[in-house]
This record gives sequence, structure tokens and C-alpha cells, in this order.
Amino acid sequence: MRQILLVAPILIPLAACAITALLWQRPEVQRRIGVAAAALLFLSTLALLAEVVTGGMVVGQMGNWPAPFGITLVVDPLSAAMLVITGLMALAVAVYAMGPGAAERDRAGFQPLFHALVMGVAGAFSTGDLFNLYVWFEVMLIASFGLLVLDRTREQLDGGLRYVMLNLVGTTFFLLAVGLVYGLTGTLNLADLARVAPQVENQGALAAAAVLLLISFGAKAAVFPLFNWLPAAYHTASMPVAAIFAALLTKVGVYAIIRVFTLVFAHDQALFGPIIGVVAMLTMVVGVLGAAAHYDVRRILSFHIISQIGYMLVGVALMTPLALAGAVLYIVHHIVVKANLFLVAGAMQKVGGSFALAKLGGLWATRPLLGLMFLIPALSLAGIPPLSGFWGKLVVIRSGFEAEAWLLASVALAVGLLTLYSMVKIWNEAFWKAAPAEAAAHQPAPGEWGRMQRFATFAPIVALCAVTLTIGLWTEPFAAFSLAAAEALLDREAYIAAVLGTAPVQLAEAVR
Amino acid sequence: MEIALPLAIGVLVAAAAYLLMARDLPRGLLGFVLLGTAANLTIFAAGRIGTMTPPLVAPGAQALEAGAANPLPQALVLTAIVIGFGLASFALVLLRRAHAEFGSVMSEDMQEAEPPLAAAPPAEPAPTPPPARPRPVPAPAALREVV
Repeated sequence: MRQILLVAPILIPLAACAITALLWQRPEVQRRIGVAAAALLFLSTLALLAEVVTGGMVVGQMGNWPAPFGITLVVDPLSAAMLVITGLMALAVAVYAMGPGAAERDRAGFQPLFHALVMGVAGAFSTGDLFNLYVWFEVMLIASFGLLVLDRTREQLDGGLRYVMLNLVGTTFFLLAVGLVYGLTGTLNLADLARVAPQVENQGALAAAAVLLLISFGAKAAVFPLFNWLPAAYHTASMPVAAIFAALLTKVGVYAIIRVFTLVFAHDQALFGPIIGVVAMLTMVVGVLGAAAHYDVRRILSFHIISQIGYMLVGVALMTPLALAGAVLYIVHHIVVKANLFLVAGAMQKVGGSFALAKLGGLWATRPLLGLMFLIPALSLAGIPPLSGFWGKLVVIRSGFEAEAWLLASVALAVGLLTLYSMVKIWNEAFWKAAPAEAAAHQPAPGEWGRMQRFATFAPIVALCAVTLTIGLWTEPFAAFSLAAAEALLDREAYIAAVLGTAPVQLAEAVR
Repeated sequence: MEIALPLAIGVLVAAAAYLLMARDLPRGLLGFVLLGTAANLTIFAAGRIGTMTPPLVAPGAQALEAGAANPLPQALVLTAIVIGFGLASFALVLLRRAHAEFGSVMSEDMQEAEPPLAAAPPAEPAPTPPPARPRPVPAPAALREVV
């Protein structure tokens, strides 16, 4: 049973991708299968999480090849949490994608690509092998290329090209690093690497490979100074695509950094901790300042993705249990909130007629409920109590002060304030300001804003708001889980033992 | 071989870095292909070279004989080649489509997603003219409008 649950998050999207691709001519059926598959995925990841919480780490050797030789799937508490949140996002976006514009999107092949993307993300979260991680990155990447240019507008082609070029280079660096790591250690299994890495004689070369990995994961996570592809591309994507990108893609990069640098390169923490700390700080500042300069809802939100990545990296920079717990809590909270903000932005464009703040206005008077649904994730992003972002920020900043990283913690505090500024800017312009003439005259076309479409748009928004409120008001279990996940991350011996067994098979030493 | 391989990798990475910095996007794509080749050669070299014995288990034997070649890098490189080929093909199609749409493959001719001067609601501060140019004092209103 545990083994089935372990592979389900990969197999369910794979099946959905294949079936929807076969039903190319029947978009209606595709859509239903898409939602059903996403719901099934969410349930299976919940079951997997329960299994991990009650029975500990779930490990599976694909094809029954013993550990360092075959492909290993490992789900520890962090992976399980990431998988659950992936399932939740897949479900929310699958429902949302039934809303306005569904027909055009599905004709262009949204459903198969979407499920391929989810499969890549789920694979990256559950793999225990460095080369396999590379393969899942590529699965994710190729699906995201297709999704990004789904509407084939000029804007998307331009943004898409930039996104494609920079990400291609990023993943090639990953491949280069894989080659170097294999040459130095003779293994690519993460648990085996964790065992072998401290004994490698040529630590300098290993550190070089680690830096290459940091660059490629950093490019994926959009950290300073590798973030340029994100604001060039995300705002051009259609709204469900932007939401799933914002929720999952950068977080896979963050997850990979956390996984590899807590497990494999933990012995080099004195070298990488400060580097990641500086990167985290600059990422926070640059992202939030970029957002302050923009007046398009989608662009503001895109820049905020970057700035929030910095908070998550604080955990890896400090590597204390509390800091890592903060990172875990922050990632979970951020995925929900950020995806929700993109969904709300899509709804704002539908009822207000534009993404540009100058052309929006008066939404609070006409759509107070939409305003409320914007306020919950927006204030949560800025870290206002009692919403989920407050607790994430509290733990991250407190861990910074406890580790005496004064500058890092102070920057995190200041950036929270600037985040509030951006959110208030959207609020003032889009909701409070009197509506400009064209916005007041705008009415969504009745054909694409029927009851069904409204339900598809607002059901996921309300559900994600509820999740944000739950994390905010009933934080105890989430915080406790984050701490447990952080302790599992730091307990490398347990991870190695769970994957390799107590008497690890010695890899062909001749290779080394 | 031991000298030739690192030299080849080094030359490939250098050429790739040069091409990737071009504003001409097809050149950038070629740079990616070269960089991918360099990465593949790195993996190949990482598996240790120098033996010609194929990694086949003899009939009746339980394990490879000593000195057999390492088959794993071949498998990794094969996977990486297939993936790299797929990505490069997609990028090429995208580039072709962009060329049809923009009539150019230079990155500066595609400014659709991030227009150089975004029209923001509070008037953007007029960019200060380059200091080298002598500026009439006071600046005539006509010049300001042009800027």
C-alpha cells in the first residue's frame, strides 16, 4: 500500500496526461477528466502524508534494484507536505481552468501539458536521485514551455523565448554539475552522496560542483541575480497557467536547494551558509523593489514571487531547526497565498476589464466579496496577523535573531513592510479609487461569465482563502509539522539508513 | 585521450559562453547545444575512460570482470542527449514562430513582453538626457515632449 501511495502522485498525472492527449478532439471530456485526476491526486497525496506522519519515511526502489544502483523514490515529511500542496494547487487550478477562456485553452492543449507539469513537479518532490531530479526538472520545463505560449500572442512569444533560453542554460549547468559530482563520488543517489561526500578527498572540486548546482537551482527558484526570466515571462501567461507556475515552479527550485544542501553538502555549511544568506537578502530586496515600480497587477505579483523566495532561503542559510521549520511553513503558506492572488487577479480582470491598475477602479463598491477575497491573501502575503503569512514570517525572522543574523532578520522585517506597500497599492488603485470611465462601463461578456464560469472562478479562490485562514488561526499543527519536517531534514543519518538500509551496499569502489 | 577530453570540453564551454551572449537568438540556441555537448562529455569523462573492455557479464559469471568499461555514464548521456534534443527542437520551433511574428531574430527587436517605457499611471520621470550632449538651459518644452 505504501508503495502504491508513493508512486501515485507520479502515475495519476501521467495517466491524466495520456488520456487527455488521446481525447484531443473532446475538450469537454478532457476538462472533466482533468478535474477528476487532480482531485484523485490530492486525495492520494493526503493519504501519503498520513502514512508518512504515522509510519515514517516512505522509500521505494523502482524495479527492485537495490538502493544506490536503481532509481529511488523517497518521501520524507518535507516531500509529503510539498506533494499535498501540489495536489491542492492542481485541484484548485484545474477547477479554475474551467472558467472563462476554457474552450480556447483546451483546444490549444492545456490539459495534457498541465498534467505533465504536475507530474514533473511531483516527481521532483519525491525522487531520491540527483540524475532523476534532472529528468523531472526537464519534464517540468518542457511542459511549462508549452503552457507559457499557449495563446501564441506576440507578448507570450517574446516572454516565452526569454524564459526558454535562460532555463535551458540553467538546466545544462545542472547536467554539468551532475557529471562533476558523479566523477568525484561515483554515485548519484542522494542518500549515498550524503554518505560519501564528506569523505571525498578533493573537497574543492566538490564545492565547485555544489556551486554549479546552486546556480541551476537558483535559476529555477528565481533568486538574485538569476531571476530575470521570471518577470519577463510570468505576466504574459494565461491566468490559470500563471497561477500554477507561481505556485509550484520556483518552489521546486527552493525544494531542490533545501534537499541537496541539507543532505549532501551539509558538511560544507560554513562555506554555503553565508553565500545563500547574502543571496536570500538580495533576492528579498530586489524582488520587493521591482514590485514597487510596477502598475500591472500581474507584474507586481510576479516580482513578489521573487522577494518571497528570499524568506524561504533564510532557512537553508541558517540551517537551524527553527529556521528550516520556518522555511517549510513559509513555502506551504506562500504557495497557497500566491496562487490565490493570481486567481483573484484573473477574476479582477474579468469583472474590471484590465490588469493595469490605471484602468481598474471602484471594485470595492461593485464587488465587495471579491475585495475581501483579495484582502485575505494580500494581507497574508504581507504578514499581517492572524493570517498564515504572519506565522511564516514570525518563525523565519525569529530564527534569524536567534542565530544572531541581525542583518538578515532586519532585512526580512523591512521587506515585509514594503510588501504591504505593494498590496495596499493594488487595493487603493483597483478597489478604492473611483472607477475610470471605461472600467465603469466594462461588463464581462455574458457568454463567458455565466453561472458555471463564476463558480469555477470563485470556488478555488474561496477554498484557498479558507486554507489561508486555517493556517493562520489554527497554526499549532502546521507549526508542529514544520518543526518535525525540519528535524527530519537535519537527521541525515536517518535518511541514509532509510534509503540504503542499515548496512549500505558498497558501490563498485573501482569507479571512484 | 585524457588531455583531449578536458580540452574539448573547455573549448566547447568557451564557444558556448560566447554564443550565448549574442543578441542573435539562433546563435544563443547553438550556444545551448554546445553547452549541452560539453556537459555530456563531462559525464562521459566522469565515468573514467581508458578501458575498451565492454561491460558484459560473461556466461556463467556472477559479476563483471575487472577493468570493464563503466556503462552508467553512457546511459546518463543518452538520456541527456534525448532531452537536450527535444528542448532544442522546441526552442527552434518557438524561434521560427517568433521570427514569423516579429520579422527578426534579434532579441532587441522583441520588446513585447517588457516594453522599454511602460506607461505607468503617475507620469514616469522623464529620463535625463545623456550628460555628454550639451543641453540648452533652460530646456525648451519641445525637447521635453520629445523625451
